[in-house]
Amino acid sequence: MMSFIIKNLPILIVITPLMFSLIVAVLNNNRLAWALSTFATFLTMIFTILLCFEVSYKSNISYYLGNWPPPLGIEYVIDTISIIPIMIVSVIGLIATLFAHNFFTLEIDEKLVSKTYSLWLLTIAGLIGLITTADAFNLFVFLEISSLSAVALVALGSKVDRKALVAGYNYLILGAVGATFYVIGVGLLYGVTGTLNMGDLAQKIPALGLNKSVIVAFAFMMLGIMVKAAVFPLHIWLPNAYAYAPSPVSVLLAATATKVSIYILVRISYTIFGSSYEIYSFESLRYILLYLAILAMFAGTIMAIFEKDVKKLLAHSSIAQIGYIILGISLATSSGIASSFIHLINHALIKAGLFMSVVAMGYYTLKRIDVNTIAGIGRRLPITFFAFVICALSLAGLPLTVGFISKLYLIKAAYMSEGIWLPFLILVSSALSLIYIWKLIEGLWYNQKNSKPEKIKELPEIYIPLLFITFLNIYFGIDAGLIIDNSFIASDALISGIK
Amino acid sequence: MDNLILKVCTKVLFTPIILFGLYVQFHGDFGPGGGFQAGVIVAAAFILYAMVFSVEDCKVIMPPKLNFFLLALGAFLYGFVGIIGLILGDPYLSYDVLGSTKEAGQHIGILLVEFGVGLTVCNVMISLFYSFANFNFGKKNND
Repeated sequence: MMSFIIKNLPILIVITPLMFSLIVAVLNNNRLAWALSTFATFLTMIFTILLCFEVSYKSNISYYLGNWPPPLGIEYVIDTISIIPIMIVSVIGLIATLFAHNFFTLEIDEKLVSKTYSLWLLTIAGLIGLITTADAFNLFVFLEISSLSAVALVALGSKVDRKALVAGYNYLILGAVGATFYVIGVGLLYGVTGTLNMGDLAQKIPALGLNKSVIVAFAFMMLGIMVKAAVFPLHIWLPNAYAYAPSPVSVLLAATATKVSIYILVRISYTIFGSSYEIYSFESLRYILLYLAILAMFAGTIMAIFEKDVKKLLAHSSIAQIGYIILGISLATSSGIASSFIHLINHALIKAGLFMSVVAMGYYTLKRIDVNTIAGIGRRLPITFFAFVICALSLAGLPLTVGFISKLYLIKAAYMSEGIWLPFLILVSSALSLIYIWKLIEGLWYNQKNSKPEKIKELPEIYIPLLFITFLNIYFGIDAGLIIDNSFIASDALISGIK
Repeated sequence: MDNLILKVCTKVLFTPIILFGLYVQFHGDFGPGGGFQAGVIVAAAFILYAMVFSVEDCKVIMPPKLNFFLLALGAFLYGFVGIIGLILGDPYLSYDVLGSTKEAGQHIGILLVEFGVGLTVCNVMISLFYSFANFNFGKKNND
């Protein structure tokens, strides 16, 4: 039994949520649907942990679907790089599912709840599939699975606010544009190389020399995934999609969806096109990404400062944080990429905690959570507020929190490759982010102008997920060895793939 | 639509359309066809019925709940056939172990998987039709 599981781990982490999503879809009992979803995500996390141990022995696990060897068949590859985003998705998936129950029953039509859980598991399966697959076209299929189910989840927010439909529609159109661009790139590559396997592509592309189809394919694939990852000028879909989605969906998407896209961005530029590094000098792209990242850092932060809607504010701050992650990648050094992997993990923890605590504060009012409407609510909900403050300080990068660790390594990497000006800009944008964090804390705690005696009390059901993620925020801020070591192993593996 | 000729023709055509759908479905191994095409053809029979009679009549022969169940069942069948291979010791989606020989196994596997695809495609088409037919354009949607 155990050896059977170990042998099939790379596929089990994908098909567990996938098959459970089909079972959950036909259930009538909402509580049972939630219990089964929790069980499915729990199983996925167990499999992921087993996979972590397996990867630490073998460092590279290859799995042939249907026993067809690559490049003919579809291959799944788990290595020291892909295990990091898989871990993020499965841990956040479990925590968010535990968190989801109260909110889905409140925010969504009773008839639709079990179908919502089905979409929810489908999103998780799609995101994990995106990471595990080593087949360029299979990646497109999972891209569609994850984004279409995410679009439907966003649109389900329409019971609370009809604007969710527009937000979902924008997400659908822009997501489809991104996916289409990606598949055009894959088509061009297939035309000139005749293969879809990533490893095989990496071997065949350098032999083509300066081929225009390959350059265009590279541009299309990168642009398509950049839309999905919400890199600065292509981020338009993100704030509304996160703000109007049902609360648990905001938590799940903010913590995982863009992270996975960023991972694919890294994979395309380093694994598929990495071996032709000298030919398509990564330098030109690197400078585009660097300046886009700096723009994102400032634009996201400034938009967040002037935003009143709290969920949208956090979404804008996500754009700035994606900027930090892209900045690390664009440095193209081992420590730069390691710092972006560190921030990939840490930002998932921070944003999941922030979104959880903020939507928990809006639970009883069911209104849009505005800086003014939630005035003084922190005093009524001290435990939720405590979690919020920890995560918010972590976002700002205070010592002893995970945010500090990622800022530290990012600044170190930036200083080593670009000199003093880049760390300076990072520090300025971090300082600016304190403005909106303070705005939130002031509104939640000090501002008490309209504290009507509404029926607001703590929500004990969400303590476990919320406090657990807050604990992780502090724990990995103090003992960051695990995250840092694995990030450096991953970035060294990526860089060594180039040479 | 209250037209006797249309109603009689639909009644006559309903079963042959489904039969043709099944032919396309199970002939997919040897010639053009397969689950996607067959699913759409079978769904066309139900949609024709709904258009000539009424959506409510169609919901009697294909209740929305059954429709949704079959939709999920088709996709589940696809995944489950893959899992059988997994349990019998081969990788996921490997059909070699299903039959006595490798060829027979692949045959059985693809037949079952395509049936799952056909079931899902057919029911997705019908449920899409239902949701558009139920949508009250311009009125407030109470459903």
